[in-house]
Order: sequence, then structure tokens, then C-alpha cells
Amino acid sequence: MTKQSKKATSDTYLFGLDSFGDLPTKADGTLMSHPEAIRQVVEEAILADKLGINRIGLGEHHRPDYSISSPETVLAGIATRTKNITLSSAVTVLSSDDPVRVFERFATVDALSNGRAQVILGRGSFTESFPLFGYDLRDYNELFEEKVELFSKLLPEEPVTWEGKTRAALKNADVYPKTEKGLGVAIGVGGSPESVIRAARYNFPLILAIIGGAPDRFAPYVELYRQAAEDLGTTAHPVGMHSPGFIAETDEEARKLAWPAFKTSWDRIGKTRGWPPYTREQFLYEIEHGSLYVGSPETVAKKIAKAMKALDARTFDMVYGGGPVSAEARLKMVELYGTKVIPMVKELLSQ
Amino acid sequence: MKLGIIGAGKLGITLAQLALKAGYEVAVSGSGDTQKIALSVKVLTPGAIAMTTKDVAQWAEVIILAIPLGKFRQLPVESLKGKIVIDATNHWPEVDGPREEIIPETLSSSEAIQQFLPESRVVKAFSHMGYHELRDWARPAGSDERKALALASDSNQATTNVAAIVSDLGFEPVILGSLSHGRILEPGQQGFGLVTSATKLKELGN
Ligand SMILES: NC(=O)c1ccc[n+]([C@@H]2O[C@H](COP(=O)([O-])OP(=O)(O)OC[C@H]3O[C@@H](n4cnc5c(N)ncnc54)[C@H](OP(=O)(O)O)[C@@H]3O)[C@@H](O)[C@H]2O)c1
Repeated sequence: MTKQSKKATSDTYLFGLDSFGDLPTKADGTLMSHPEAIRQVVEEAILADKLGINRIGLGEHHRPDYSISSPETVLAGIATRTKNITLSSAVTVLSSDDPVRVFERFATVDALSNGRAQVILGRGSFTESFPLFGYDLRDYNELFEEKVELFSKLLPEEPVTWEGKTRAALKNADVYPKTEKGLGVAIGVGGSPESVIRAARYNFPLILAIIGGAPDRFAPYVELYRQAAEDLGTTAHPVGMHSPGFIAETDEEARKLAWPAFKTSWDRIGKTRGWPPYTREQFLYEIEHGSLYVGSPETVAKKIAKAMKALDARTFDMVYGGGPVSAEARLKMVELYGTKVIPMVKELLSQ
Repeated sequence: MKLGIIGAGKLGITLAQLALKAGYEVAVSGSGDTQKIALSVKVLTPGAIAMTTKDVAQWAEVIILAIPLGKFRQLPVESLKGKIVIDATNHWPEVDGPREEIIPETLSSSEAIQQFLPESRVVKAFSHMGYHELRDWARPAGSDERKALALASDSNQATTNVAAIVSDLGFEPVILGSLSHGRILEPGQQGFGLVTSATKLKELGN
């Protein structure tokens, strides 16, 4: 049993924050440098820990607009300055990494944090890590499949014998450091049914990455996860969800701050994918009906509670601070999330 | 109407759901044997039948391609003979690699598929919206909120048939022109990503 499942039992709800290390703006309006942005995330995580937020998840990217390419190194920094918060990747792009090394690095963070490390595996929606580390995109599926398999074999922390096409074989290989209570693991998936079944096959908790559209459309995927676990004889762990958002004192202020930031970041990504520019209409639609949790604490709390109920989700992670927003507004948002939104959501869910 | 869907991923499953809702008989295939997709089909698209790709091609009257574009050369050419094939694929560099490695520069991607399937009638449709937009925006005919979906084909008859399917699945069909003109629906072109009214979409016609 993984740690995630020990914690997220059916009567507990857990709340987290996810960041890719977007570059925030400083008081003078200029963008922070990469090192400054990384230190900013550490400050935010420290605040989140003080406020009792359950998890900080850091994504892995290799692009100029995001400062975090090595989540576990940042998590190691956060580890020694926090007490309770779970330290997670969101996600680790396992396809272009070495499962043995991933295990070693997270086991090290686990030691530094007294057992708070967690790996969230995923295929990732960007693929810039492939050429960077010398992998061929055409092997995408095989790389992920094999590496998840190897990674799952490492988790019992006993000597592993393994053979595949994407990495050197292992014969009775023991991997260190050992952890005290096992490494927390979950798998993050988008809308691919095959990935949902894979999570069940490896007995991993499922986190749904819902970045657009009505969240309740994922309800059948939760059902698929449960049925797959039943068919395969594994455990259907409590399901989590992850979506972008932004919180300020009022709806108006939140929209004012979030709109230009989201637009900048969507259009930057859209350019490489051939999407038309992000419209105000889309932004408002996503706030009203879709998967943007933007607004006052009350608005956001209601929306989160509704989505969690619809999906029977036990964890919610908000991707915060996407695009160039001010460092000050980001800290404020962490504070509002911890002091107002989370208690309100818990209240709403208990009704 | 027997509608076949090749590709049981995000788009294929979404279109199967819309087609079932419209009362169609639906069969779905993935890249491997039916066992691999049986559970997804059972849970996500109850009522649809999981088949092999070849069986889908033979069984269905109209077949939607919902596979990565780069895989089109794996399609069963023989079994698709005489059928209407709806091409919903897009070139996605992150999955397919560079465009020029799979499609000649002079052709639209749907033209390349038509050339590969010379005895099928290819209609480009369902490709310019995201799968969650297709799911969220499907509306019955007559609804004020109905969004438009563009069609392109070299066959008038096939276009008429597919227009009816587009409408049954919840969108206002807008016929843009030939498969060559369909290029404007590809990623990076004017028509890609548009979730809009018929009037606006018609402006892209030739
Ligand atoms: N996602 C969207 O929002 C969207 C919108 C419009 C158009 N499209 C286009 O639709 C296509 C599918 O996209 P997607 O997002 O649904 O991808 P996806 O989730 O990766 O699904 C692709 C599906 O195709 C199957 N497949 C691959 N090769 C095949 C073959 N030779 N024969 C039969 N099935 C095969 C895969 O099966 P295995 O898993 O067994 O390989 C999988 O079920 C792409 O061309 C995409 O550009 C997508």
C-alpha cells in the first residue's frame, strides 16, 4: 500500500498546491529570474506548510517560461524548512528519466523530510525533455510503459531483476537509500482511458489532470479506474484531481489579475500547438462552467466542492500562479487558499 | 446507422459517446486486440461494440479516424474500400514528429489520407475542436448555442452524408470545400481551434 492511500482515506480530504515555477513579476513590474522564481516557490511552500496545506506539487519542464526542471531538488530545499506538507512532483516525466535515479532522488527527499516525499508520475503534456535527454518521441508509449513497470518494481525496496528495451537490464540490483515507510506514489493522467487503466494495473492512486472543460465529464473515468481495479484485483485508491486557479479577495480582482497571466501563458503554449489566441469568452466560460478556479475564496471554494463531489475526489490540487502574476499576489493567494478556501470546501463537503 | 470509430483514445471515445446519444450503432477499435479496449468501451461508451480495426472497417457504413495522424499507413485499405471515411486526425508534432516526415508539403493531411485510401471517400471533419469542447458543446439542432463544425471533401455525396452525421452528433455542419482547402483547418491555420457559430465559420469557405 502506498502512502498516499494511507493518508487519503474515505473520510479525509486533502488539498494541495501545484506549481511549474512560472516566473512571477517583482514590485517594479519586471519578471523574476529563474533563481529568484525558484526561491519564491520555496517561500510559498513554507507559507503553505504553516497554513496546514497538505501538499506542494512541482512540475518538471524544460522551457524558458518555467523555472523548475528538477522538482526534487527544489523539494529537497523545501524539505528542511517545512514540517508537515507532502512534497510531491507534479509530474515527473518518467519516460525521459531513469526510474532507478528517480527512486534514489525521491528516497533522498523522503529522508530529508521525514517521510513526506511523493512521486507523481505522468507522461507530461510537453515533450521537450525527449530531445534534451536523447530520447526518440516515437518510442513515447514504450518508454512510459516500460519505465512505469520498472519503477513499480523498485517500490517494495527489495533487489530487482528486470529486463527491457529502453534501459540496461538489472540483475538482483538493490537501490539506495531505503526509506522508512515506503515512497508515496501516484499517477497523473489526462483524458486517455488507457492511462487510467494503467494506474489501476500498477495499483497506483489516480490523479486526474483536468485543465479544461466541465470537470464532471471525468466521472466515467473514475468509474473506469474502479472497475479496472476490481477486474485486475488491485485497490481502487481515493481519486484526486488537479486544475488551475487563482484566488484574490474578490471575484473582480481575481479575474483582473488572472486574465492577462493566463492569456500570456496559454498563447505562448498555443503558438507551438497551432491554437488561436485565448479569448476572454473562453476564460469566462472556463470560470463559469469549466476548469478554471478563479475568484474570491467563496466562489472558488464552491466550485472546488462541486467538482470534488461530482467526481468523488478526495484530493484537490490547484495549479496556482500560472503566467506572469506578481509574487505578492501569489503569496496572497496561498494565504487565501489555506485560511479561507480549504476550510470552506471542507465545510461544504461535510454538509 | 452503423458508425465505426478507429482509435479508442480521447477523441474516439468522445465521438462514440455523442454517436450513441444520437441513437447510432457504434463500434470502436484500438491498435491492438479488442481485449485491450474492452473495459474502456464497456464503462465509457456502454452500448458500443469493441472490435478489431479491420472488423470495424468492414462492419461500418461510415468510419471515423481518431488515431494519431502518423499511423495512417496502418489503416486496412482493402476493408475501407467503398466506405466513407471521416478524417478527424491532426498533425501533432509531439506525437507524430515533423509534418514533412509523414505528409508531403504540397498536400493537406486529409489529401494524403485520401491518396492512401483511393477507393474510399474521405471527408475531413471533427478535427478542429478539442475533445472536451466537442463533449461540452454538442447541442440539438435549433439550439441558439449550437456551434459549427467544418467539413471538407472531394466527394459531394459523402459530404452530404457526413453533414447529417455532424448534425446528429450536435453540431451545425459548414461545408468549406475541397480536401485541399481543408488545410485551413490544420493546426496553426485559421480554422484550427475554432469553437464558433456557422456564420463565422463560413467565412473560411472558398
Ligand atoms: N484530443 C483531441 O482533443 C483531438 C481533437 C481533434 C482531433 N484530434 C486528433 O484525433 C486523433 C486521436 O487523438 P487522441 O487525442 O484521441 O489520441 P489518443 O488519446 O492518444 O488516442 C489515440 C488512439 O488511437 C489508437 N491507435 C493508434 N494507432 C492505431 C492504429 N494503427 N489502429 C487503430 N487504432 C490506433 C490508440 O490505441 P493504442 O493506445 O492501443 O495505441 C488510441 O486508442 C489525433 O490525430 C488527433 O490529432 C484530437
